[in-house]
Amino acid sequence: MIRLEKRKEPSKFWRIANPFLAVILTMIAGGIMFAALGKDPVAAIRLIFFDPIFSETFASYSRPQLLIKSAPLILIAVGLAVGFKANIWNIGAEGQYIIGALFGAGVALAFFPQPGWYIFPLMILAGAFGGFLWAMIPAILKTRFNTNEILVSLLLVYVAERLLAAMALGLMRNPDQPGFPGSRDLRRYEAAHNAELFANTGIHWGVVAALIAVIFAYVMMTRHMLGFHVQLAGQAPRAARFGGVSPTRLVVICLGISGALAGLAGLFEVSGPGGQVRIEFASGYGFTAIIVAFLGRLNPIGILLAGLLLGLTYIGGELSQMMLQIPGAAIQVFQGMLLFFLLALDFQTNYRIRLTQGARA
Amino acid sequence: MILGSINPAVLMAALMVAATPILLAAIGELVVEKAGVLNLGVEGMMIMGACIGFIVAVNTGSPLIGFAGAALGGMALALLFALLTQALMTNQVASGLALTLFGLGLTALLGQRYVGVTPPRTPKLDLGPLSEIPFLGRALFTHDIVVYLSIALVGAVWWFLKYSRAGMILRAVGENHDAAHALGYHVKRVRTLAILFGGACAGLGGAYLSLIRVPQWTEGMTVGAGWIALALVVFASWRPWRALAGAYLFGGVVVLQLNLQAVGVKIPVEYLSMSPYLITILVLVIISSGKARGSLNAPGSLNRPFHASS
Repeated sequence: MIRLEKRKEPSKFWRIANPFLAVILTMIAGGIMFAALGKDPVAAIRLIFFDPIFSETFASYSRPQLLIKSAPLILIAVGLAVGFKANIWNIGAEGQYIIGALFGAGVALAFFPQPGWYIFPLMILAGAFGGFLWAMIPAILKTRFNTNEILVSLLLVYVAERLLAAMALGLMRNPDQPGFPGSRDLRRYEAAHNAELFANTGIHWGVVAALIAVIFAYVMMTRHMLGFHVQLAGQAPRAARFGGVSPTRLVVICLGISGALAGLAGLFEVSGPGGQVRIEFASGYGFTAIIVAFLGRLNPIGILLAGLLLGLTYIGGELSQMMLQIPGAAIQVFQGMLLFFLLALDFQTNYRIRLTQGARA
Repeated sequence: MILGSINPAVLMAALMVAATPILLAAIGELVVEKAGVLNLGVEGMMIMGACIGFIVAVNTGSPLIGFAGAALGGMALALLFALLTQALMTNQVASGLALTLFGLGLTALLGQRYVGVTPPRTPKLDLGPLSEIPFLGRALFTHDIVVYLSIALVGAVWWFLKYSRAGMILRAVGENHDAAHALGYHVKRVRTLAILFGGACAGLGGAYLSLIRVPQWTEGMTVGAGWIALALVVFASWRPWRALAGAYLFGGVVVLQLNLQAVGVKIPVEYLSMSPYLITILVLVIISSGKARGSLNAPGSLNRPFHASS
């Protein structure tokens, strides 16, 4: 008979091994899916996971893309992970990402067409502030009225999406091209352009910010009192309260950090790769970042790697769409499967499978 | 003048149609939460139902078979959730999110060839003379069968939870799973069945969107209906009839908002279409604060995993 036995301590080995195992299982399941779609599974997996980096034909385009796609994922996921550790579930990062972009772009459009070195830093501040503000709505409702932060943060995504559409069609619409929805192209406004820092590397300020965020989060979680409080509140909420950790403060801090980082990600996207405030600006980074956070084990270094991997699936997805006509949605399925496998595998982190022979007293 | 052109009877009828998808999803989730499980994958199961229901209905030409397919589709995802949370003891919040992300992706893939297709029409139920009653006839008795089924389902769930033995076991499992286990009830079995029921309901709700309300298939067409259903359960303080009232209230907001758009009130469409979400948040705030404290009514073991230690 198979029996599950709870481990006294979660297994360290499986904690590290499971993400890798999950990726392999996803590749297998994904291969089956591609075969079901009538595509060559081996070629598809190769195209998604290897060709963007190693193929001679594609790498020159897709290597820089890797950092462009991964940076927002990492930036958002690092913030989310802090909250998830404390059992504070901000799942509305997509909304904070949009609002951050709107605030940042708003600053840029207000200054247009003046030059000035101070415009971009101001935009960065505005972007972070916008995301922070949007995250404060669930935070304050949670602390003041005990309203569920999961539902509120998520519902606000839909509000943010509509606000984005309203801005793209109304206030922020490019006055020189009134026939088209969408704002001015910030890539053509030098003072506001989040340009590539080194040619053909894909490295822009968002990539730099993501790295800084990873380092900061790592130091905070391992060396700082706040990181300890976060972990304590997540693992033993009662002990945390007796230890003087204020739950209210923690909610505000966790949602604030993740909101600000998501806002930053939005700002760097809208002023760089995205270029303008458009209705289709939001591309689901805020949701994929949730997968990144889990796959990275809520650990900043892990998130860095997981972000690169999921960034890869975005580019590989585009590539497979182009080369094999695999529908774009397949990549979403792929990402969802990855999270499923990871969660499913994690039972061996906490439980041991025992085979028992017959009934024992 | 402008507002006068809105006919209250038509408004009432439209309100019931707008409320039915979230009512179906919410009543399912209510049972799931009563059993002590928080399934945040309602949105995923709904979109699954919307997609599978649509595909089945188009291919068979029968909306009713479509609805059956939708229930099965929702249940298939729910089974995945049950497997994860009940057999493998995964975190319910994370698993629910995974369900939603996976469902959105999978349906975008499955439904690709069905974008722009018109589904077979679901006939209105012929209630004969009833529909000729002035005002009430137009408002209440001109609907398809699913609207009435959803109301009947609320009644059935209410009776089941309140009076049936199985319903009491389900509530016991949700309130205190250790005690229920000690009494010899199969906690995981009860929860798995509840999760499957929730999946079927969410699937039906989704299919109502794609087959009747809209009626079309588009990627991500549930646009948050599943999340609103989740909020509705909190709003209802886990009571079936209150879920019905909440759903109709919400339906009223949606319909009013759509009507304001149609008569051309000078507010941009984007702002009007925010209102359902904002009102849901507002209602959540009201219900979770103050003396009423609906949230105190939450099942005791909600969102706590169960593992029999012996």
